[in-house]
Amino acid sequence: MAYMIVADQCTGCCACEPECPNKAISAHKSIFVIDPDKCTECVGHHDEPQCVAVCPIDDTCIIDETWPREEAA
Amino acid sequence: MEATAYVGVQDIKPLAQLLDKVAEHKGCGTSSGSGKASCGSSAGPADMSPEVWEKVKNHPCYSEEAHHHYARMHVAVAPACNIQCNYCNRKYDCANESRPGVVSEKLTPEQASKKVLAVASAIPQMTVLGIAGPGDPLANPEKTFKTFELIAKTAPDIKLCLSTNGLALPDHVDTIKSFNVDHVTITINMVDPEVGQHIYPWIYYQNKRWKGIDAARILSERQLLGLEMLTERGILCKVNSVMIPGINDRHLVEVNKAVKSRGAFLHNIMPLISAPEHGTVFGLTGQRGPSAQELKALQDACEGEMNMMRHCRQCRADAVGLLGEDRSAEFTTDRIDAMEVEYDAATRQAYQELVEEQRQAKVAAKREELAELAGADSDIKLMIAVATKGEGKVNEHFGHASEFQVYEVSTAGAKFVGHRRVDLYCQGGYGEEDALPTVVRAINDCHAVFVAKIGGCPRDELKAAGIDPVDRYAFEFIERSAIAYFREYLDKVAAGEIVHQPRGDADIRQGAYVAAA
Ligand code: SF4
Ligand code: SF4
Ligand code: SF4
Repeated sequence: MAYMIVADQCTGCCACEPECPNKAISAHKSIFVIDPDKCTECVGHHDEPQCVAVCPIDDTCIIDETWPREEAA
Repeated sequence: MEATAYVGVQDIKPLAQLLDKVAEHKGCGTSSGSGKASCGSSAGPADMSPEVWEKVKNHPCYSEEAHHHYARMHVAVAPACNIQCNYCNRKYDCANESRPGVVSEKLTPEQASKKVLAVASAIPQMTVLGIAGPGDPLANPEKTFKTFELIAKTAPDIKLCLSTNGLALPDHVDTIKSFNVDHVTITINMVDPEVGQHIYPWIYYQNKRWKGIDAARILSERQLLGLEMLTERGILCKVNSVMIPGINDRHLVEVNKAVKSRGAFLHNIMPLISAPEHGTVFGLTGQRGPSAQELKALQDACEGEMNMMRHCRQCRADAVGLLGEDRSAEFTTDRIDAMEVEYDAATRQAYQELVEEQRQAKVAAKREELAELAGADSDIKLMIAVATKGEGKVNEHFGHASEFQVYEVSTAGAKFVGHRRVDLYCQGGYGEEDALPTVVRAINDCHAVFVAKIGGCPRDELKAAGIDPVDRYAFEFIERSAIAYFREYLDKVAAGEIVHQPRGDADIRQGAYVAAA
């Protein structure tokens, strides 16, 4: 039930951080990381995951396959 | 949307003329004034509102004339962006917009404000602080406005400006006003979504990613609305447009009309800078940028009643110094952290008064020379490249010039029409043979090049290329020298000594402007 940020793609631009409705994104050294415990894939908040929508680098905010998918409400 | 002009276009006169007038007025020149006791006051000329004059007189970007004398700095506090442009790859320096790549230093508002004070103390003619990136200042509103707040508190004499893509602008107009930001630059590359879809792949707006025509339509509506809201509140707006041949080059004439009717003060058309190694969409598709002649033709076509800016250096978001120079390497975070900064407003004030005197002298010199030209009748126009490091003088060595300023001279006088960046010809005392042909290509549309000094070898090669190397005006005022040269040229043509021939086109150097640290 979570998204993750591909570390070597992230530019550290911080665009995603304020957009996350669950405050799941935080700075970690010069890049950003998602806390999988807090990420809800934006379900219930927005139609699309905000980090994906705002991130300037394609395929940087992606589904973390190690977590079960979120069920649409 | 109805086009409403909040600032009557008829009120806007070509800036150079206005500034001359003001200088004349302030310097108590020969112009038969109204005899008012306003001599030496800081009031502007009768036909420019004092408020506008106060805002532009020492802003290097809003005034071509001021840019020879005053410096600006940008602080990179705004990394996030809310749109994607095809001429920008967020991983690297963007050469088109003032944006360094993400590897460059990012500053917190506190670090930025200390940096501003340090620079202001070291460079007393630094009058303007801009926030231009590396992303979009209004996509980072907290950091941007916090920085403004800190600076307004400690250094209230520094003018604040910001540069935005306009998407978030309508939401922040009142905050911008409340911080007394008096200059805003909006990058507007189109007013037609059909054109826009080829420039912007997507925008992020109201929690959604929009693509194609929808994205371009929303962006355009927000930009024009933001522009109207700003001019309505008396904030001076400059519009930047990137000229992309085959995509928006012809359309920019329409953009010019649209922004003019909404009260924009200045329009700045910049060449697309695009190379495959920048990793941008345009770089990869092989989209070319315009030549110097194409750019000038478009700027001339838009000139009409609107001020055109031709001295923009497409500076990076962390640039420091006079336009065309970059002293950012002197002010890295490490060095600033180690500095004891004391803000000395009085010294700055005194220094700026000196700068103002110099500026009056320059204007007076130009007028004298122009009087000599009166009566000359000719269609000839000459383009002259000038090696200068500021103060409006021919004061740079050919081999040390990292750019040339280009003036067009005719019987109407000398006019600044652009600048050309070049790779340094001279490195460590030796002329680089490979660099010379690129310098020649960059100023190939010029008849002459004015320098403070030049070596024998480049002198011969310039002559061979048909460009006259001239060092007899070393340390003289540029415009006066250009007019004097032009007079001699006309005499020689009249005497049959030379035959006037127009020159060819010139290259615009690709690649981001980087400091020669
Ligand atoms: S998907 Fe939504 S909730 Fe999860 S990290 Fe991204 S923005 Fe936050
Ligand atoms: S928006 Fe993308 S590139 Fe920017 S910090 Fe977030 S994950 Fe990194
Ligand atoms: S980028 Fe252009 S507008 Fe901005 S400071 Fe440089 S010259 Fe001025």
